Amino acid sequence: METLAPTPEEQFQARIDADIRIEPKDWMPEAYRKTLIRQISQHAHSELVGMLPEGNWITRAPSLKRKSILLAKVQDEAGHGLYLYSAAETLGTSREQMLADLHSGKAKYSSIFNYPTLSWADMGCVGWLVDGAAILNQVPLCRTSYGPYARAMVRVCKEESFHQRQGFEIMQTLCEGAPAQKEMAQEALNRWWWPTLMMFGPKDSESPNTEQSMKWRIKRFTNDELRQKFVDMMVPQAEFLGLTVPDEKVKWNEERQAYDFGEVNWEEFWAVVKGNGLCNHERLQARVQAHEEGAWVREAALAHAGKRKARETVAA
Amino acid sequence: MAATQSEIPTAPAAAPAANPLFPLVLQLADTSLILAHRLSEWCGHGPVLEQDLALANIALDLLGEARSYYQYAAELEGQGRTEDDLAYLRSAVEYRNPLLVEQPNGDFAHTIVRQFLFDNFHYHLLKELQSGPDARLAAIAEKSVKEAAYHLKWSSEWLIRLGDGTPESRQHLDKAIATLWRFAGELTTPTALETNLQELGLLPEYAALLPAMQAHAAHVLAEATVPLPAAPFAQQGGKSGRHSEHLGYLLAELQYLQRTYPGLTW
Amino acid sequence: MNNSEWPLWEVFIRSKQGLDHKHVGSLHAADAAMAVQNARDVYTRRLEGVSIWVVESKHIHASNPDEAAEFFDPAADKVYRHPTFYDVPDSIKHM
Repeated sequence: METLAPTPEEQFQARIDADIRIEPKDWMPEAYRKTLIRQISQHAHSELVGMLPEGNWITRAPSLKRKSILLAKVQDEAGHGLYLYSAAETLGTSREQMLADLHSGKAKYSSIFNYPTLSWADMGCVGWLVDGAAILNQVPLCRTSYGPYARAMVRVCKEESFHQRQGFEIMQTLCEGAPAQKEMAQEALNRWWWPTLMMFGPKDSESPNTEQSMKWRIKRFTNDELRQKFVDMMVPQAEFLGLTVPDEKVKWNEERQAYDFGEVNWEEFWAVVKGNGLCNHERLQARVQAHEEGAWVREAALAHAGKRKARETVAA
Repeated sequence: MAATQSEIPTAPAAAPAANPLFPLVLQLADTSLILAHRLSEWCGHGPVLEQDLALANIALDLLGEARSYYQYAAELEGQGRTEDDLAYLRSAVEYRNPLLVEQPNGDFAHTIVRQFLFDNFHYHLLKELQSGPDARLAAIAEKSVKEAAYHLKWSSEWLIRLGDGTPESRQHLDKAIATLWRFAGELTTPTALETNLQELGLLPEYAALLPAMQAHAAHVLAEATVPLPAAPFAQQGGKSGRHSEHLGYLLAELQYLQRTYPGLTW
Repeated sequence: MNNSEWPLWEVFIRSKQGLDHKHVGSLHAADAAMAVQNARDVYTRRLEGVSIWVVESKHIHASNPDEAAEFFDPAADKVYRHPTFYDVPDSIKHM
């Protein structure tokens, strides 16, 4: 049998296996491009929508210091969304197209942001738990196979590092404060714990895309691996704070050298993914409204740039 | 600044509560805080991602400036109050910000006009304050004037874009000017307190700021192809604690946690 | 889809005096002046830069990855361009 020249797909996979980054103009399988656009834009949408639940506490932050920190943090999320949209644009899509997909409901974003933020302790939980979970997802993506995505993630992770710390600090201050504050912290943990575990996605057995994504190195750990890592990381931190994780099944397993924990309510997970979370409607509505009400502003800037250019041409 | 050095009180620490600078610094603090608060309401709702970041940057600058003033005011007062006590535990009638900055965001054109009117005053005021006789105030002004210069550039350029953009943007801008221009006069009309401080040489004469402010506004409006608005009746009151209805709601939100749980650390 | 999307710009930042401008990412802006300001607001929030260049993305011309072999491989065998190619006696200093 004669040896066949490697196909473009095989050459592509060989580069990935050798940990050589793929860059925008390189040949890539159409499925790789599509999967990446979906994953990166979904990530960008999550940053954008993620501004809303925390944004609504900026005006109620309890001190000037906390107000500055929270505003800077939510602003960072706008920046992260921007870096990610830019990375996706190198794959041949446009921000306008990605936003249209978000607004029509075609594109998804992280379900965690469809839960309401009801007390100041939620700012602690979002930073400590939600950003903590996000970081577990994101750090491996700094080595993902697509160059612009990896570079965007390096920038995101660098900036993200203060987010989790400020969240933990909020929780710690509450836990060391008055009984009412400690109660506030526990109540928030009770609401955020399970939705945070859901952030890692469905169980591996029900995550059909994982295998291909791992092969392409646009995903580097499975959902269940990351979920376990998260629980192992967070349970001791909750103990340090004097808070109780709302799962009776949480128990150290000496044999596995990991925590056992209970089953996520997958019914709730799928309901929120499908649009039936408490805030799905208003989050999306807020984004659509901002975009639509901004249309005349964006058009004006373009029109003015055009007029100015025309005047310069005449003058020249 | 037209002050003679001999008129300047040199030992403010001797009689802290009576220091005439205290109410002025508090007024500057309130002004920057309230505007920062308004701008922060845009976070997550801007017309385009890049401008969401720009608005938050301006809000953060103003918030930082407000904190410097509050900290200084607390020291001047010498009663053990903190920056947060001053911001979170004073009622609307005690707030001393001009009416302009408490006006709601409205649409983007309203936000731009409000910002432009404020920046044009703020920048020119800080430029003078940075060479003023009070070292601490001068230092805050020196840091803030760089930020204010950028804010003024930003709001001026946007005013031009909206004025000389599309017919629709022009309509939005005209409406915003009609709503907000009447609050510009208060910025440069001295209250009794301000007149007193101007006589002491601690605050620049506002009349001396006006030529540069008017020249800049005329230039920007001309670029925007917008005729100079006829001077409307100038609404006054915020700087004396007589506010529009908007401030009460703003403070209710701003102060909610501190008022609900008095005396706690956050 | 409406056509109000601003053009895409590539951003290059000099992180401190004496260093090259380095590509950091991209953004949207209506014109060059706005692109510079947006770059300032987006990419220098943590003292990352002292100077900014922007260029509209459509004006960047790139080499073709399919031609990478003929473009870049020929440099691989020109080892004599590198100082390590030459043996210099140990006793010779300052070379």
